Amino acid sequence: MMGPSGEDLYRLDGNGAAGVLQEVFAVEMTTASCTCPACGRVSAVGALHLYGGAMGSVLRCPNCETLVLCITSGPAGHFIELRGILHV
Amino acid sequence: MRASPIPWLSAEVQEIVPETPRVKTIRLAVPTWRGHLPGQHVDVRLTAEDGYQAQRSYSIASPPGEDGIALTVERLEDGEVSTFLTGELRAGDRIELRGPLGGYFTWTVEQGGPLALVAGGSGVVPLMAMARHRAAQASRIPMHLLCSWRTADDVIYRDELARLAGRGDGLKLTHTLTRSAPAGWRGYTRRIDREMLLEVLTGPDARPLAYVCGPTSMVESTATLLVSLGHAPERILTERFGPTGGSS
Repeated sequence: MMGPSGEDLYRLDGNGAAGVLQEVFAVEMTTASCTCPACGRVSAVGALHLYGGAMGSVLRCPNCETLVLCITSGPAGHFIELRGILHV
Repeated sequence: MRASPIPWLSAEVQEIVPETPRVKTIRLAVPTWRGHLPGQHVDVRLTAEDGYQAQRSYSIASPPGEDGIALTVERLEDGEVSTFLTGELRAGDRIELRGPLGGYFTWTVEQGGPLALVAGGSGVVPLMAMARHRAAQASRIPMHLLCSWRTADDVIYRDELARLAGRGDGLKLTHTLTRSAPAGWRGYTRRIDREMLLEVLTGPDARPLAYVCGPTSMVESTATLLVSLGHAPERILTERFGPTGGSS
């Protein structure tokens, strides 16, 4: 759903994925920093753009929207695709 | 990868307090609670008799150091969790939650200020935890809180906010109403804009810490305006509630 300025109204913050991130990484992750693989921007994980759904969470760079981290969840567990660099 | 456990905690409802026609505060006793920071949230999980589960995140409204925690929940008409929490839940019931979660969007008095807080509707909840924490610590750190609501009936924590602002300890409170205002209303009656931010908030020269919380559209437009006014992007923290964040 797009807003009047073309923004994605379902966009959230990485902070909102704190629960699933902690399931996966076993530590509080939203204050960890990460580096975008495309533009090099260093951001807190909590400041990434979060796009969520029933299947999982997609975290993108707030500067260039490049995929940094994707977590897909299912009965077999979590599948993690990491494109950026996490500094934990 | 197999999930590592973050324990789901059993919480007992102590009290449910109506805040507005669509918003209620739920006070919970959580015996194994390990404390939280102002601004953190919990995940709440409901399980139906047939095993179906639904999970949502809710900001913690209470400051650290109280017995139990309080969640303030806005009823979304299509929200399967919020309609239960605000409509069906009763004192003595139990719900499952995990947390505290999210160390990013937090503030304690040790971080200093000044603070520029901007809320859209129920986005006021984590900011209220910060204001309550500040008051509990007898802090005089300047805190400017700008709240945007649809109508006067949508104002959450109205009396408590007025009391906090009336202490004369550096908390400045401003409301704006975006849809309609009652007769005699002397506050703003429009959406948050550049002039309002200039008039209300501490300017960028003082390098305030800004926390913006509410519906995605409102958060993004406010954060963009703050940057255009010269506020340092790295000192603007946002918490987007999505498209249905309610009464902004």
